Amino acid sequence: MRYAMAMDTRKCVGCSDCVVACQTENNVPLGFCRDWIVEAVKGTYPETVQMHFKSERCMHCENTPCVRTCPTGASHVIEGGIVKVTHNECIGCGACIEACPYDARYVHPEGYIDKCTFCDHRIAQGMNTACVDVCPTSCLIFGDLDDPKSPVSMALKENDWYVLAPEAGTKPQLYFLK
Amino acid sequence: MKTTRRQFIKIAGMGTAGVAIAGSVFGSVQKAAEKSLSTSTSDSELTRTPTYCEVCFWKCAAWVYKDKEGNIKKLIGNEEDQHARGKLCPRGTGGLGMYYDENRLKKPLIRRTGADGNQFYEEVEWNEAIGFIAKKMKGIKKDYGKEHMALFVHGAPAKHFEYLFKAFGNENHSEPAYAQCAGPREAGFFATFGSGVGSPEPADMQNSKCIIFIGNHVGENMHNSFVQEVSTAIDNKADIIVVDPRLSTVAAKATHWLPIKPGTDIALLLAWMHVLIYDELYDKEYIDKYAYGFEELKAHVANYTPEWAAGITTIDPELIKKSAYTMAAAAPAAVIHPGRHTTWYGDDTQRERAMAMINALLGAYGRRGGMYMGVKQKLPKYPIEAEFPEPHWSWKDITKQKYKNAAVGLTNVLIEASLPSFPKEHQIKGWFIAGTSFINTIPDRKKMFEAMDNQDLIVVVDTMPMEMTGYADVVLPESTYLERHDYSRGGKNRIAQVAFRMPAVEPMYDSKPAWWIARELGHKLGLHAFYPWKNLEQVLDWQFKQVGSSLEEMKKIGVKTFDSNESIYLLPNEDFEFNTNTGKIELYSTDFAEKGYDPLPKFTRHESPDAGFYHLVYGRAPMHTFGRTQNNPYLSELMDTNNVWINPRTAKLWGIDNGDDIWLQNQDGVVSEFSAKARLTERIRPDSVYMVHGFGHTNKKLSRAVGKGINDIPLITRVKIDPIMGGTGMRNNFVTFLTEKPKKEEAES
Repeated sequence: MRYAMAMDTRKCVGCSDCVVACQTENNVPLGFCRDWIVEAVKGTYPETVQMHFKSERCMHCENTPCVRTCPTGASHVIEGGIVKVTHNECIGCGACIEACPYDARYVHPEGYIDKCTFCDHRIAQGMNTACVDVCPTSCLIFGDLDDPKSPVSMALKENDWYVLAPEAGTKPQLYFLK
Repeated sequence: MKTTRRQFIKIAGMGTAGVAIAGSVFGSVQKAAEKSLSTSTSDSELTRTPTYCEVCFWKCAAWVYKDKEGNIKKLIGNEEDQHARGKLCPRGTGGLGMYYDENRLKKPLIRRTGADGNQFYEEVEWNEAIGFIAKKMKGIKKDYGKEHMALFVHGAPAKHFEYLFKAFGNENHSEPAYAQCAGPREAGFFATFGSGVGSPEPADMQNSKCIIFIGNHVGENMHNSFVQEVSTAIDNKADIIVVDPRLSTVAAKATHWLPIKPGTDIALLLAWMHVLIYDELYDKEYIDKYAYGFEELKAHVANYTPEWAAGITTIDPELIKKSAYTMAAAAPAAVIHPGRHTTWYGDDTQRERAMAMINALLGAYGRRGGMYMGVKQKLPKYPIEAEFPEPHWSWKDITKQKYKNAAVGLTNVLIEASLPSFPKEHQIKGWFIAGTSFINTIPDRKKMFEAMDNQDLIVVVDTMPMEMTGYADVVLPESTYLERHDYSRGGKNRIAQVAFRMPAVEPMYDSKPAWWIARELGHKLGLHAFYPWKNLEQVLDWQFKQVGSSLEEMKKIGVKTFDSNESIYLLPNEDFEFNTNTGKIELYSTDFAEKGYDPLPKFTRHESPDAGFYHLVYGRAPMHTFGRTQNNPYLSELMDTNNVWINPRTAKLWGIDNGDDIWLQNQDGVVSEFSAKARLTERIRPDSVYMVHGFGHTNKKLSRAVGKGINDIPLITRVKIDPIMGGTGMRNNFVTFLTEKPKKEEAES
């Protein structure tokens, strides 16, 4: 089992619905978010200018600097490669925030570090993540890479894709379709 | 700017009970989140009730999820609903912020004048507030006549107050949604196909091979199923053609982006028609069978070549040609989307006509992938014995001779009629406003203030202390859509569906649903005979039972689908009679010819900006609706201010850097109240600036929104009225930059 997400930049309109759906699903306090939108523009007006959006979150890397640096073991990997933080074991030292090349973690007002969980409470019930389910453009695709017929495996097979900061060697599991 | 003798009152003094309630409800949600180790709640621990969304007009059916304590946790789209398809947009998902917003209106308020001459609001009980309104309405009826009031509405509250006003004997109802927004497309498509557009727009995009957008920035206007259909079209590898001075979100996904000079769309549309006709790309068989006036059109566009249009639009003639060929190759599965906010330049009905005519040339109307012909399920009206009194005059008497094809009451005409200089016979002396802060919608504020000063009564019904509330004599706090029943959502679509709204929770504060307010006021006006029911549940249950359902069933399903035998497409070779004078699709409009309007659309040159000035282009952001969502705790987080898009080449001339605070000044010297950050981007023409509409709130009671960003409406001082339907063209304004904070001549009261 290896959970992963693909994000189709051709369809995303940058509406941030994924951000709000995550907040309400996971009780993320106002002022914070576990996922976010990035707008990428290149070229010049009018001939070459191009733009696309990306919906970003914890990449649930295969190689996890956040887990390695955690002094208490609060950051850990569960089945399917999901990176999680056990709140009551976290001392909020922020080492993982420093270690993460994707800036995917934040300090919860309660003092612990919080981040995307790939909605493991929903996956356990056979559902998709909240961001996948809410997306009006269906640009987010979730599934098990070990299953060659899963939507995410199919998407990666059928499309060109890239990952962010491959040079960091983290083997991120959020793939951007182009 | 000196505003009005009607002092703007910043709503103050929230009742102590209100604060306590707000504290406990909002606090408990946060606390629940803080305490639990896993902050997420499993759906199995939640219960759900149906609603349809009221954050925008798309009205997506949804489920409201509550925890065991009865707190609203989240909103999820209804799977059965065609508008939602199981999803909500960010505004719908964040709709619970409308309920939790601690800045909500909490008690009825009446304007009083103190011994010192200062005006203030007094918190009163509902009985007193409604009694006050009834007395004033009776006074207007006695002094001038029941016709001398105007009702301005938006959204679900509209039906309740329209009914009340009809019972009162007044038909001066209007919505900014027509004359400040979608009116021109209704008039333009109606003149062509004998059928308006309606909502959702019946563009069959999920089956299209080519979709054409004229300034429509789908994805930034986050109309849920519309966005979903465009996404499906992208999956289907459909071509997308976007005409926009800005590389909008959808332009960035387009096969062809035509970065047009603002105000020249009709020239492009005429050139497209020229190519389609003279290169014989149009659907000959379809036009022969269904259309009237083809030869007239052919002669009309003879000289409108792509080369002619290129000089006007700045679009490469090859690109004009190529894009025409792209749409023709996809036809009839090709569609020009009618757009929505279409009151731009004052010749907007004609631009929409040209768009409709291209849909006709492509053979798209009534064809799969073109435009479908929607079906709906009607719900019968609850029977009453009373007869609606016939008003002696209505909006039609002051509108129709001037704007012959206005289909509904025009806000701008009713505001004109509210001026002291308007003939007494038809002068408006009282305003009742529900669900629209139309001071932030209607251009030409000077006139607006003068009209307000002439009113004996202004009532505002809203959930939030929007700017309009500060000018009211009576402010009534309405419950949010999550706390109230409303009439069902019907509307034409591919299949006939009805969506149901019920309260998920009890109304917070001392707020009341619109149906209750209307009924109470009806009683106080002696209109008991029009309200033979106790509550709206009773009405809804009766209505549902007439069509084989019930309140009981609707509570469980939220959305009901009905069988319809009508085809949404024309059948092969079907003899179809269009609802026009000729029974045909009118390429040549006999109706316009009769009424003295151009029967074929002409290009009119609009003003260009003087040196140092730029076209003021405004639009939407996906996380906001008009000016009503900027204070929503969830949505303000996503976007709490607007910024001014400027091409870096233009910015360089002014020494403006990315992120600089700038003010805008329009061609008539009006300066924006607040500043906004400059956003330097290659995504816009050097001769234009762009802003998201709805920001720059001035009411301090909107604690998250006040003072943030620039409001485009005060900068729109030049308005060109559409002679056909009376819409207010608002894109004729130009702005320049102020890089230093301007000195204020006079502080706003």
